[in-house]
Amino acid sequence: MNKSLENLRPRLEVRSLSTSFGTPEGRIQSVADVSFEIPAGQTLALVGESGSGKSVTSLSLMGLHARSARPEVAGEAWFVRRDGQRVNLLALPETEMRRLRGNEVAMVFQEPMTSLNPVLTVGEQIAESVRLHKGLDRRAALARAREMLDWVEIPAAAQRLGEYPHQLSGGMRQRVMIALAMACEPSLLIADEPTTALDVTIQAQILALMGRLQKQTGMTLLFVTHNLGVVAQYADHVAVMYAGRIVESAPVQDLFRAPSHPYTQGLLACLPGMARRQAERAGGADTALLPTGPAGRHRLVAIPGQVSSPLAPPPGCAFGPRCGHREAACELTMPELRALSGQRQSRCILSNHEVTA
Amino acid sequence: MTTLQAMGRPVPAWRTVLERLFRRRVVLVATVLLGWVVAVAAVWPALSSADPSAIDISARLHPPSSAHWAGTDELGRDVWLRIVHGARFSLLIGSVTAAGAVVLGTLLGLLAGYFKRLDAPLMRLVDAMMSFPDILLGIALVAILGPSLWNVVLALVIVYTPRVARVVRAATLVLRELLFIDAARALGVRTPWILWRHILPNLASPILVQLTFIFAYAILCEAGLSFLGVGVPPEIPTWGTMIAGSIDYADRALWVILYPGLAIVFTALSLQVLGDGVRDLLDPKLRKAA
Repeated sequence: MNKSLENLRPRLEVRSLSTSFGTPEGRIQSVADVSFEIPAGQTLALVGESGSGKSVTSLSLMGLHARSARPEVAGEAWFVRRDGQRVNLLALPETEMRRLRGNEVAMVFQEPMTSLNPVLTVGEQIAESVRLHKGLDRRAALARAREMLDWVEIPAAAQRLGEYPHQLSGGMRQRVMIALAMACEPSLLIADEPTTALDVTIQAQILALMGRLQKQTGMTLLFVTHNLGVVAQYADHVAVMYAGRIVESAPVQDLFRAPSHPYTQGLLACLPGMARRQAERAGGADTALLPTGPAGRHRLVAIPGQVSSPLAPPPGCAFGPRCGHREAACELTMPELRALSGQRQSRCILSNHEVTA
Repeated sequence: MTTLQAMGRPVPAWRTVLERLFRRRVVLVATVLLGWVVAVAAVWPALSSADPSAIDISARLHPPSSAHWAGTDELGRDVWLRIVHGARFSLLIGSVTAAGAVVLGTLLGLLAGYFKRLDAPLMRLVDAMMSFPDILLGIALVAILGPSLWNVVLALVIVYTPRVARVVRAATLVLRELLFIDAARALGVRTPWILWRHILPNLASPILVQLTFIFAYAILCEAGLSFLGVGVPPEIPTWGTMIAGSIDYADRALWVILYPGLAIVFTALSLQVLGDGVRDLLDPKLRKAA
């Protein structure tokens, strides 16, 4: 396969992914009609508040839902393998999928405290994935594990190799998790809130590390987060999720400069000073949109109301009940995700007016 | 210093393992005691040709003396010699029962705990078995199978398997939901390997505790069954058959039950202390505290 041709196609192309779970109260539509694509080597940030379906989206792509939750996953997720073959992750047989997991598609979880096995040494756990997918023997796999620990900047790697997870700090464990995920050099890494459980200085280190690894390996990154500050710095493209649907999708600078969906506008207004200034630097946000308090200082804003229950979703726009720009038409049907200028998309009937105006 | 040295190696050397195990003196004492029991049971009958079943009516119920270290029973048989020979059978019954029950129970518990579909059928079966009192189920099984050494072992395995299954299932249910299992699946690890490599090692402490308990219980239960006359045939000397056979003479000659009883108590106790020690050794979190 021609290298340049391969780069033209997105590494991952998700088409109307929908996931629902069976509960005693009936099926809950957790993710609906999610579509996005990530070009090879780029970073897509999937942003949303808790329960917006971003983690469910990443687990659906990995095929890792607990069977007891009775999941139903529909749609397509086309992934370009190393050999150039294009496969649908959602329709792949389990044996084939298992060969991909950890090898070409890897995942970093949110909780570094519990995502390592407490009774296996760090070295054994990293070695396991290499032995599994690369067929290395124990000694070679441990050598590879040591190399990986060096690579994720863990000091005294040789010594750490024989340590157990509880002997490491949270930041160290997340580094180990990243080493674990990267050990087979996956071409797609799904990072599900990898920095949420860490404190801020460590967050910055981990993000810098992931950025560096991405540059070195050219991997594609799906970055699931609720932290808009992180998005501004590291993502190329942003997809904002609300109540299981993507409500806005845009290149990161465009999104911060001129958010088009009222929910995204609300989210940006929620950012405290530091993060917002950062965002302004990244995109030069339209500060006129944001309310100001006394002495010209921006007041922190909250979006009123609550996310509607997935058991009784409103017939129209899911964000409608909380939206300041609500019109009668909003309550009739769910708006389509419409293409705007550039690479932007928005799920709001007002967006067109705003952009054209 | 030793822990610092051990940290660099993936597999700690046997010396540091022993050092950690024996850090608690009581574990050392228990191990020495147990080792002594096993050694005597293994070596003594090989060195001495004295027959533990040799009857000497002229020396009935003699108190402990230099000729008969633990006295003689109602048929003039040497109690010490019978304890030594009985140790072989009692230890055999205990270890085979414990091993059998732990292997079967762990298998059942893992399957029931990890696969939701198997949970209800397996656990109702286990509940049904546990609803019988141990000794009654043992009596019933031996009555059906017929009294022999291996039938007693089989009956005891059937009696104790459900206990292990319950404990292992409960622990597996908790482990299954932990993120590192998801993480292993995200690495493409197969389900059997997840069970073997990621869940089983985390079950080491509950399983070891069960192992030592069952070893001790099996010795006691065999003694109980033999005492009730449905255990090992009386001609085979086990600690249980000794007490069962001589209990009627205990008011006149306490030693006929005291010494076999002490053998049971010390062996069972040592096993449990050793089991605790091994459990602590296997728990990586307790290693730091050293």
